[in-house]
Amino acid sequence: MKDKKLTKVDLIFENDGTCATTVLDKVRAMAQDDVIMEMIDSGLKGRGGAGFPTGLKWKFTKAENSFDKYIVCNADEGEPGTFKDREILDTVPEKVFVGMTIAGYSVGAKIGYLYIRAEYNFLLKKLNQKLDAFNVKIKDKGFDFTIEIRSGAGAYICGEESALFESIEGKRGEPRNKPPYPTVAGLFGKPTAINNVETLVYATMIMKYGAASFKLMGTQDSRGSKVFSVSGDTPNAGIYELELGMTVEDFVNDFGDGDTKAVQVGGASGICVPRKKFADMIIGYEGVPTGGSMMLFNSTRSMYNVLKDYLEFFAEESCGQCTPCRIGCQQLLQGIEAVKRGEKHPSYLDSLKKLAETMKLSAKCGLGQSVANPFSSIVDNFREEIIY
Amino acid sequence: MAKYEVNLKINNIPVTVEEGSTILDAAKKLNFRVPTLCQHPDLCVAGNCRVCVVEQKGAKALPAACATPVSEGMEIFTNSQKVRTARTHIIELLLSEHNSECTSCYKNGKCELQALANEYRVNENLFIKLVDKNTYTIDNFSPAIIKDDSKCIRCQRCVRTCASMQFVSALAVSHKGDKQKISTFFDKSMNDVVCTNCGQCVNRCPTGALVEKNYIDQVWDAVNNPKIHVVVQTAPSVRIGLGEDLGLEPGNRVTGKMVSALKRIGFDSVLDTDFSADLTIMEEGTELLTRLKKALVDKDETVALPMTTSCSPGWIKFIEHKYPSLLPNVSTCKSPQQMFGALAKTFYAQKKGLKVENMISVSIMPCTAKKYEADRPEMRSSGFKDVDYVLTTRELAMMIRQAGICFEDLPNEKYDSIMGESSGAAVIFGATGGVMEAALRTAYEIVTGREVPFANLDIVPVRGFEGIKEAKVLIKDVLPEWGFLEGAELSCAIAHGLANANKLMAAVVSGEVNYHFIEIMACPGGCLGGGGQPIPTSPEIRAKRMEAIYEEDANMAIRKSHENPEITAIYAEFLGKPNGHKSHELLHTHYVKRKGY
Amino acid sequence: MTDVNVIINEKIEKFGKERQALMPILQGIVADKNYITEDELLLVAETLDLSAADVYGTATFYTFLDVVPRGKYVIRVCKTISCHMAGKDQIIDTLEKTLSIKLGETTTDKKFTLLQANCMGWCHKGPVMLINDEVYPELTPEKAIAIIAEYIAK
Repeated sequence: MKDKKLTKVDLIFENDGTCATTVLDKVRAMAQDDVIMEMIDSGLKGRGGAGFPTGLKWKFTKAENSFDKYIVCNADEGEPGTFKDREILDTVPEKVFVGMTIAGYSVGAKIGYLYIRAEYNFLLKKLNQKLDAFNVKIKDKGFDFTIEIRSGAGAYICGEESALFESIEGKRGEPRNKPPYPTVAGLFGKPTAINNVETLVYATMIMKYGAASFKLMGTQDSRGSKVFSVSGDTPNAGIYELELGMTVEDFVNDFGDGDTKAVQVGGASGICVPRKKFADMIIGYEGVPTGGSMMLFNSTRSMYNVLKDYLEFFAEESCGQCTPCRIGCQQLLQGIEAVKRGEKHPSYLDSLKKLAETMKLSAKCGLGQSVANPFSSIVDNFREEIIY
Repeated sequence: MAKYEVNLKINNIPVTVEEGSTILDAAKKLNFRVPTLCQHPDLCVAGNCRVCVVEQKGAKALPAACATPVSEGMEIFTNSQKVRTARTHIIELLLSEHNSECTSCYKNGKCELQALANEYRVNENLFIKLVDKNTYTIDNFSPAIIKDDSKCIRCQRCVRTCASMQFVSALAVSHKGDKQKISTFFDKSMNDVVCTNCGQCVNRCPTGALVEKNYIDQVWDAVNNPKIHVVVQTAPSVRIGLGEDLGLEPGNRVTGKMVSALKRIGFDSVLDTDFSADLTIMEEGTELLTRLKKALVDKDETVALPMTTSCSPGWIKFIEHKYPSLLPNVSTCKSPQQMFGALAKTFYAQKKGLKVENMISVSIMPCTAKKYEADRPEMRSSGFKDVDYVLTTRELAMMIRQAGICFEDLPNEKYDSIMGESSGAAVIFGATGGVMEAALRTAYEIVTGREVPFANLDIVPVRGFEGIKEAKVLIKDVLPEWGFLEGAELSCAIAHGLANANKLMAAVVSGEVNYHFIEIMACPGGCLGGGGQPIPTSPEIRAKRMEAIYEEDANMAIRKSHENPEITAIYAEFLGKPNGHKSHELLHTHYVKRKGY
Repeated sequence: MTDVNVIINEKIEKFGKERQALMPILQGIVADKNYITEDELLLVAETLDLSAADVYGTATFYTFLDVVPRGKYVIRVCKTISCHMAGKDQIIDTLEKTLSIKLGETTTDKKFTLLQANCMGWCHKGPVMLINDEVYPELTPEKAIAIIAEYIAK
């Protein structure tokens, strides 16, 4: 057994009850640009999965000359295997609101929307109560900012930022062409900084403890810590905040059931790491980036079933507007089924891999582009399981 | 504001374009054609089909050329191996979702997907044929338009057309993922929803998913039946569009060849809707003057003004659904097609000594909505269906091809008589503003005894492609019986495309504007851009057609409806006077309020 | 059940009469009785001055905005990978037997509709189901039967 390399952290769920007051007072006393500099300096990257530097996003939004600007908190956590944002919103919602307020203050936005998926409707009552009090509190502290909640209605694709804007605007949640990017033309066509729930809480904590202490954690490319959603074949399923920089092996040593054959890092749209690659694969931007989903599979699991499950998910949850994604997902799904049934030659898997590559290159948004991740990583590493 | 210029390279060739241009625009400038499906010159950018993906140096993904703005220093490759592989895959994917029964498809040879498949020599059987496994509907309940979901490639051109050009939105995208489709409200038949049958979606559908319901076989049956007397009427803008579907460049006037072709196909009598367009001017002009008199002299407050035209059946269906409160404002005149139909089976039949039950009346229209119009229960004034079959310009072209007629080499022939004579005022019905111009030429002269005060009778302010046009005509030195109009300024407006019509009607309802007379055409540019005209269509093509229409008018011996000798004759012999008893029986109609979806 | 006009007006008051009120209105109707009828959808479209087809297209995009009749309690069992691995099929079998309906169907008394849905964010505590907005994680067949019994008694 190797040494454990996992370092548990307690920033996100730290709940001393003073956060809102101390951090907001501190931020209110700072210049907008100084807040943004602090964020840039921290090296914080978006925790939703795409990993765009948060400080830069705020800087770009602030730079836009527009009376109306918006902050959006993306709580449409729909990636299979991810459930950390629900826990955050359930236990420390005020820290999310604080993060939104900091962002609003920095970029010059007066309204923030928290877009939460319909599957988390049961949180709404509590969230609304806390939010009403919070909106009063920030007014009293002199912030010209109000937060409103908007709900989704069951569509994974609305986690894609431009699809989310469309949904708030009352339309089908279909991703937009980019450019323009949200920082230029986002919600209602106005400059918008959209951040994941966890990112905003980290913003709060960075403003509390300073960028310097945050960036002491993690690695060059992956600063700080991250909340992981651990599920699958593990005795320790749950939510864990860990310092970044560990390898998949480090992770499996702590969380595996002793028989782990693969870990799906980053949810259904992430990459499947097989046992032979555990040791070299760093979890982070230098290796496998992740929105925090870690799904473990032991040797009793058929990777064919796993892949089929993912592809059914994507075929249903694709918005359907672009050809590569709408039809590609169906072809990948029906293709592996045909190979399994012996209706297509196993070499058809190679044609499908090329198709997945086309989807990666030509789909309109991240959903269609990322289906190749699970497809190719599972087909490459578990080809026999797919065929036989 | 001056636009900045952007320098980029496409396939290593430098090019400079205006800021805001797309990669597609830049490629076009260098004569590189990047294939497209969802893109259309009349519509906003979608970026859905992804057929136009290109490679951008330094970028991981392949941007869609139609949806990506150029940027300084960009290097684009339109035919790299990466691009070719992706593009071929995308075409193959579309084919897997598409019912490729090409040989029996109505759009065979005219399908943009088929053309791309041909160009790229794709392997149609590479992927699993999804269309065989999925369920889909073919909606052929409408007399005008067939919607076949098995051929739909979800490019959404129809949806954008219906929403942005026509403000109808009978079609929308519904569901998502593998269930995504183009739907009406609750997937009802096109015949049961707000669809105006304008056919603009048909004009823009790249495949056979939206086509006109064709009556070619029925018409062949009729012309080949010696017992049946078949009359055919041709609408004003067919003569300036038809050539495009038979190998000629847009803007060619083919009136004489078209008449010649119709005779060779075997129609017993080839007549002109332009005749009844002239008649429409007499009836509608009189109706307008009557309404004005009631309002100005009798102070009758129940008179509905402004009066709007009623020639465009797409417009009629639109107002029936969307502004039922304005139905009294619509002229009660039937459209020229239906006036013609009613007269063909009464006046014409009597004059020719024909039994009406042995007659078939066919019309050639630039329009799909005319098919619906002919089917309306009101349109049986003769006691029979006044117009039996409506063919679009495209269907006529198909008949001409089927007949083996070498169109380009045909001699010019003249329309038969009676109901074959017309004026330049009737020809311009085919262009937006044309009905207004024709009406003014006649009404002004009736009221003042003088020609309209415009050089060569060309009322330029009502011409052109501006969405909503206005014109004011001061009426002075009137003839004694029109004394109540002395010094009045007739205020007119013209809109084409239903989105513009909607804007205008909203302004009328709110009281923002005050007009006496409004001309509305459902289609962009008027009938010349009709849903039954040759495909493709674009602003450039429509401009060529418009030029041709005004040329045709300028070349006519008679340019005013009231000077058409057959018009004078029909009133003397048959109808009596405009808006008289007989006219009301045969030439006027009424409208119904329709549902909100 | 609340009058639809009341829901529409209440939401318009809060969210305005622009298109962005559409989702809250549709969600309001669904929260009240789990699905939206044709007449209601048309009323919403006319109130917001939107095309009916467009509103239909928007509603059908979202899994939770049903436009087909649903029961008083809509059961959605998560079908995605973790819940699949944790035995969602057994839960569905149990529910089908308990309610005497198949997946996708509604009981004759219009009380329950049984559906599957994609990931609900409880992968560490699967299998999970939602009954309307209430969440029930870490299900076993026995627990599922007990929960249904509670709802039957309601």
